[in-house]
Amino acid sequence: MKLDGGQALIKSLEMEGVETIFGLPGGAILPVYDPIIDSPIRHVLVRHEQGAGHMAEGYAHATGRPGVAMVTSGPGATNIVTPLADAYMDSVPMVVITGQVPTSALGTDAFQEADITGITMGITKHNFLVTEAQDIPRAIREAFHIATTGRPGPVLVDIPKDIVDPRNPRSAMDWYWPEKVDLPGYHPVTTGDPAMIRRAAELILASERPVIYAGGGILKARAAEALRELAERCDIHVVTTLMARGAFPDDHPLCLGMPGMHGNYTAVTSMQQSDLLIALGSRFDDRVTGKVDAFAPDAKIIHVDIDPAELGKVRRPDAGIAGDCRLVIEELIVAIDDLGGPEAQPDRTTWKSTISGWCETFPLTYEMSEPGELLKPQFVLETLRDNTPDDCIVASGVGQHQMWASQHWKFNHPYTWVNSGGLGTMGFAVPAAIGAKVGRPDRMVWAVDGDGCFQMTAQELVTAASERIPVKIAILNNAYLGMVRQWQEMFYEERYSEVYLSPDLPDYKMWAEAMGCVGMRVESPEDVLPAIQRANEIDDRPVVIDFRTDAREKVYPMVPSGLGNSEIVVDPTQGSGGR
Amino acid sequence: MSVSKEHILTVLVENKPGVLARVAGLFARRGFNIVSLAVAPTDNARFSRITVVVDVESAPLEQIVKQLDKLVNVVKITELAPGDAVEREMLLATVTAPPATRGEVVELVGVFEGRILSVGSQELTISLEGSPSKVDDFERLLRAYGIVALQRTGRVALPKLEGVATDATVDPPRP
Repeated sequence: MKLDGGQALIKSLEMEGVETIFGLPGGAILPVYDPIIDSPIRHVLVRHEQGAGHMAEGYAHATGRPGVAMVTSGPGATNIVTPLADAYMDSVPMVVITGQVPTSALGTDAFQEADITGITMGITKHNFLVTEAQDIPRAIREAFHIATTGRPGPVLVDIPKDIVDPRNPRSAMDWYWPEKVDLPGYHPVTTGDPAMIRRAAELILASERPVIYAGGGILKARAAEALRELAERCDIHVVTTLMARGAFPDDHPLCLGMPGMHGNYTAVTSMQQSDLLIALGSRFDDRVTGKVDAFAPDAKIIHVDIDPAELGKVRRPDAGIAGDCRLVIEELIVAIDDLGGPEAQPDRTTWKSTISGWCETFPLTYEMSEPGELLKPQFVLETLRDNTPDDCIVASGVGQHQMWASQHWKFNHPYTWVNSGGLGTMGFAVPAAIGAKVGRPDRMVWAVDGDGCFQMTAQELVTAASERIPVKIAILNNAYLGMVRQWQEMFYEERYSEVYLSPDLPDYKMWAEAMGCVGMRVESPEDVLPAIQRANEIDDRPVVIDFRTDAREKVYPMVPSGLGNSEIVVDPTQGSGGR
Repeated sequence: MSVSKEHILTVLVENKPGVLARVAGLFARRGFNIVSLAVAPTDNARFSRITVVVDVESAPLEQIVKQLDKLVNVVKITELAPGDAVEREMLLATVTAPPATRGEVVELVGVFEGRILSVGSQELTISLEGSPSKVDDFERLLRAYGIVALQRTGRVALPKLEGVATDATVDPPRP
């Protein structure tokens, strides 16, 4: 069958099972947009290419399937660099198609030319510059294979215009679909080394103070059930990192919540005082470890990760297992049984009562606002949490609101938390929520955003309104770049430099309405619930609620940057933290 | 230059555009230090071999190898401990050699089994192939005469074979 390269590209995406492309056309990618008209694939027309990338990420976070974005060359491609970096840091499967100037113009500084494969080399799992129309199906097949296997990640495919333009003879190709990929240098590991798994089982059975340190890899490996079985059988507490919220239910008695710089006291301290950390799909990120030399000093380490390069990168494991988390956990459970089962474990009564003591003494806390004061952001979040379905998907931006959302929400299901962890991309929430809603139209999707974040990507609500994607946005509007303000208050003697944003410039309600959304403003506690209830009932357009919150509120607990986790600062009402 | 911190990696890569940039970029962004780098096709047109000498302690070396291995176009990485490899490097140099000192330079080239490639009225262009330390010695001795231009290829290496004459025995005795 004779096709042109553009037809072959769209057909290849169909062969990969792509249902939705998030994109924005332009000169170089123009020929590929013509066959989209005849394709069953839905195209969501974004207002800025960064939005396309974050939507693809949100889609991938919520569904586990690769997100797909398509943009033009030059500025279109450079505008999607941030989402690529974000997806790379958080191991999000994503395929980005970029248009490129014709092969004859490559390297000539042609109009809208950018060396996007060069630019994105360090922030993609892999990228391709395809120079022959005949190679397009193979490149797309390989891109999806690489993006979705092993440690998932973003793959960029750069397509020069001449190989997709039917008016150019270079675009002619004979259609084929490669059943297999031929990548001699790409062999992701899956099963763990049995000897190491046995060693890990021995460590667990000898441990008196074990903690499971579950990371985003649990979700990528679809290992939430396996994790739960391991934790319950061995009766071991679990902390879920920012990337793993929902991987283990927050309402489970063994769940200790989020560790790290803004983790809760018990999660941080139990890791710090444990004698065995069972790291599953986590990578000892600096926001979790604090000062590495002072992190969990007495703990032996079991580290399971699909990426061998993570083993020993930050902390040398006593049992390092490269493999798929789900497969390794299942094997680990078998190995524990072979060594006598959970009954062979030491008595951990003291450790468990120590943990429950911390939980009682240092719960997450905040003080309610006095009449006439601005809203407490935690109160808004708790009200939202208690008045949305248990499986509601929550997306967030980056900053104080993100930490409060992670802390105060109860994530009881996997794939309900969509956020930017590694890169910390402000403006992630709105487009990521839209992508999540496209992937899971059956679910309610709320974005929790800050006012600073919202201003970075709000234009995508126009996309959502015109495409009838009914996401809901809660802006915790404290009129500041709140996290920066918090650092300036705590570490720069309250010298506030360039953090004030104003509560009503822009007018968020009017802005929302201008973008085709329902806009609301809430200033007093008694109006919080009615606004949320009203928003929940709207299902034909996006909703934006501008919650006016108290800028003085800080995220606690906090481990100050550069210090060890034993230096954790708790809410001032809880004293000095029991050190 | 501390020899103990140097490691030789021979990296078999797919012969595709941009692969060297991927490898070099990885070294740069992860803060790994390259001492020398040589790239050439192998007997199989699909693959090239990169020989890279890195300057690291052993723990980061593991990280370098693992990160390199994640590059999709990297097929195989072999680490050669300095004692277990046959290494070669080539040097081209143009040195000042007026009639008064030309004889000494020619003699030096002869002792090292180098070759004279080009002769000018005041200069000679010389080539030398050998183990990196031999090339180092030769370069140092040449400096006394005045180097006009100098180019080294960077090292290439293969594993030493067992029970067969290798580097140490085949090399001519060093002066």
